[in-house]
Amino acid sequence: MTAIANSLSAAPARRFPAGFLISAAILLLVVPALNLIPPEGSPLHLPNYVVPLLGKYLCYALLALAMDLIWGYAGVLSLGQGAFFALGGYAMGMYLMREIGDRGVYGNPQLPDFMVFLAWKELPWYWTGFDHFAVALAMAVLVPAALALGFGWLAFRSRITGVYLSIITQALTYALMLAFFRNEMGFGGNNGLTDFKDLLGFDLSRQGTRIGLYLASAVTLGGALLLCRHVVGTKQGRVMMAMRDAESRVRFLGYSVTATKLFAFTLSAALAGLAGALYVPQVGIINPSEFSPANSIEIAVWVAVGGRGTLSGAVLGALAVNALKTWLTGAFPDAWLFFLGALFIAVTLVLPDGLVGLAARLRQKTSFRSRPRDSGTPEKKHA
Amino acid sequence: MRILHIPLILALLAPLPVLAGNAPPPAAPGPSQPAPSFTDVLAGLDGDSYDDRISAVEALGRLGDPRALPVLSAMLDGHLYEAPGHGLVYGDPDAGLRSAATGEAVAGLTADDLSEIPVNNRVRGVILGVIGGLSLKSPEAGVRIKAVEALAERQPDGAAAALKGLLSEETDARVRAAAATALALLNLGSPERHLRQEAIAVLATSSDPMVEGRLRQYRDTEKDPDLSKAAAGAIHDISVRLSLIDVGANLFQGLSQGSVLLLGAIGLAITFGVMGVINMAHGEMIMLGAYTTYVVQEAFRAFLPSSFADAYLVVALPAAFLVAGAVGVLLERTLIRHLYGRPLETLLSTWGISLILQQAVRSVFGAPNKEVGNPSWLSGGVDLAGGFTLTWNRLAIILFCLGLLAALAALLRYSRFGLHMRAVSQNRPMASAMGIAAGRVDALTFGLGSGIAGIAGVALSQIGNVSPNLGQGYIVDSFMVVVFGGVGSLWGTLAGALSLGILNKLLEPYAGAMLGKILVLVLIILFIQKRPRGLFAFKGRSVEG
Repeated sequence: MTAIANSLSAAPARRFPAGFLISAAILLLVVPALNLIPPEGSPLHLPNYVVPLLGKYLCYALLALAMDLIWGYAGVLSLGQGAFFALGGYAMGMYLMREIGDRGVYGNPQLPDFMVFLAWKELPWYWTGFDHFAVALAMAVLVPAALALGFGWLAFRSRITGVYLSIITQALTYALMLAFFRNEMGFGGNNGLTDFKDLLGFDLSRQGTRIGLYLASAVTLGGALLLCRHVVGTKQGRVMMAMRDAESRVRFLGYSVTATKLFAFTLSAALAGLAGALYVPQVGIINPSEFSPANSIEIAVWVAVGGRGTLSGAVLGALAVNALKTWLTGAFPDAWLFFLGALFIAVTLVLPDGLVGLAARLRQKTSFRSRPRDSGTPEKKHA
Repeated sequence: MRILHIPLILALLAPLPVLAGNAPPPAAPGPSQPAPSFTDVLAGLDGDSYDDRISAVEALGRLGDPRALPVLSAMLDGHLYEAPGHGLVYGDPDAGLRSAATGEAVAGLTADDLSEIPVNNRVRGVILGVIGGLSLKSPEAGVRIKAVEALAERQPDGAAAALKGLLSEETDARVRAAAATALALLNLGSPERHLRQEAIAVLATSSDPMVEGRLRQYRDTEKDPDLSKAAAGAIHDISVRLSLIDVGANLFQGLSQGSVLLLGAIGLAITFGVMGVINMAHGEMIMLGAYTTYVVQEAFRAFLPSSFADAYLVVALPAAFLVAGAVGVLLERTLIRHLYGRPLETLLSTWGISLILQQAVRSVFGAPNKEVGNPSWLSGGVDLAGGFTLTWNRLAIILFCLGLLAALAALLRYSRFGLHMRAVSQNRPMASAMGIAAGRVDALTFGLGSGIAGIAGVALSQIGNVSPNLGQGYIVDSFMVVVFGGVGSLWGTLAGALSLGILNKLLEPYAGAMLGKILVLVLIILFIQKRPRGLFAFKGRSVEG
């Protein structure tokens, strides 16, 4: 961990990482090419179902990136990230519901099926404008960001820190989950929003649309990665890290801790909302269980596995854990929770810096210990 | 006797021919005429014609012997039979028959031996009337009260006379009160002014919403202005009493809900409040306690005679404490010890523990809910006025968790271990310097908190389902209670739990259960902004994040 002087000066050398370009090339070119070009049955062919699955992972990676920003860099373990993700998802889901038009079971051109079922006469006011894609996309970002701004302003201003913040963000998530379970909220209650038909006129069940969504997720993730990389390199970002390591000292130096945290929290919520908006058309459903507090904690473990405080670590962690989850829940359904639980314990006890930290430590060992290790000393404050 | 209730209600919908004509029914036969014996009259039910049977039924009514009740209600359903060698028997031939004369079980009869005593609608009408009258003489006060209430509801002919007859000899206070109210309700329609006036005075002492409704109707139709005014006064008295009862009922239910919250939170008040450890597996400790209860119950059912079955709770309490406490000590020694001072890591790793414990329990016991039965001394409850029932298990939980809290407070305050615990939580290096084994105290404190969560699991198994997810339902609430009440303060936890429980209950009628809960959560979130250290702030090192 960096000491405060370290984090406020001496930004690392800003070369464009080769890994980023190679990953981008693989995700943007190789994956679609393997799906489209080799004939079905060929060993090189990537099955159709893998593309939306990868797209889903990329959305999770974006979500992990958002978590890393607020937790890994600003030191605030927010358990509301799952809620921001779900809110973004609901915003996109509302647009997709409106796109169904009169093709629903009840064939009502104005109202989604569940509202007809509840005998509602007209759309609630907050559904206004969601027939426009741009409005929905804006809302997917703005609603979580506004919630984070309001909630964070209240919380950070009264200096709620550490686990207290975790607990009340968890309560917020829980309250939202209960709220979205209610039919009267006008978001489909228990069943959520589903049975989507198309997006911007493209049929969601066609492989072409799926590849398009996958590519959009990859590009968004890349963009978000570059944005976060930029943010943590700015002065604001350096203050953020300093605040994580020694909050009181940063405050005494005259920086506004509240404003810095608020900035990180709001940006993180916006990214999480965007992830949710990309996620929903690829999985085809959004329901209140996405708000479950357990989901928010699981996001933290993705980041911890990859290595918090490193942007690539968050992305890697999300991809690795979710790929494992897909495999384990299929192969050994009972073992998944044991494994996930063990993962939580392992990353806190033996892998505090995650996979990226492990790689760095191995590299350091092979280079004849040119520098004394500084990552081994435990940091007591605000881990 | 439960079988009686359906015919009973039916009976009171019919007029009371027997009672109407024979106001003091019991010792009706005069001294000149020797009283016919019950068995003699009963035998007449097997008469040749419907008229014979009707007169036998009426004679039973005049005789006023409550033993006739089950026989007559069986006859109403066509379950009264003549069996050669046994006389009259009643009941379901498949489920077991009883002798009409003695009420004793009769064995060895098959459906072929029986010939049914035929009834028609005329007979049934008479039977219903007689049952209604007889129910007023039933030896069970509950049956008599139901009969009186049905009379007040339906007001058949002859009801006033029957009620007066009952009042003249009834000794049970509850039945007398019900009968007096019923009679007063009848008298409201009386043409005599003084009867109506008396009736209003009697009804003013009632606390029944039905009576209030009747009085309202009466007030609007009464011509006499004085009586109308008196009725308005009585309505006011009743509604004040009703709203008091309502407040009391809400308070009780709020306390009950608060005590459930408190049970979840007490253990956390130790592990989180005193030690500052964020134990996300706390809910799973509760769950382990509930499953221990289930295992102890099953063991009692399997290995001990059924007369001991109710005693399983006595064993389950220490067992749950030990199981959850041992898991807690193990957890502290192997995991949490390494994470002191790193609360967020503690949060994540204990979350991992909670996932593992849930899945482990699911693998061992299976995912479906397990049933834990209330011991007989905890089931049921007492009906209070205004249709409000105080159930024993809820009451027991309130008392139990208050007792638990008091015991814990005493342990912290007066025992040597409590002293060490407080010393370590307030100033660890100094406590160590004074020779207190801080590590051991940590392990035991965590074990204590976990053990108490296990005990909470025993109590919660009495009012809810036992499933692997049991703990998840309590974890958010428990943390809210502890944070709201003030970390490190047992009294804060008590105040937090009870006020949240009552607040929740008070919001429920206006907002519904779900929205009420959401509102409470939002209120807490806002409250914490104002008082980040909770209701009762505790000045100690462990809480300064």
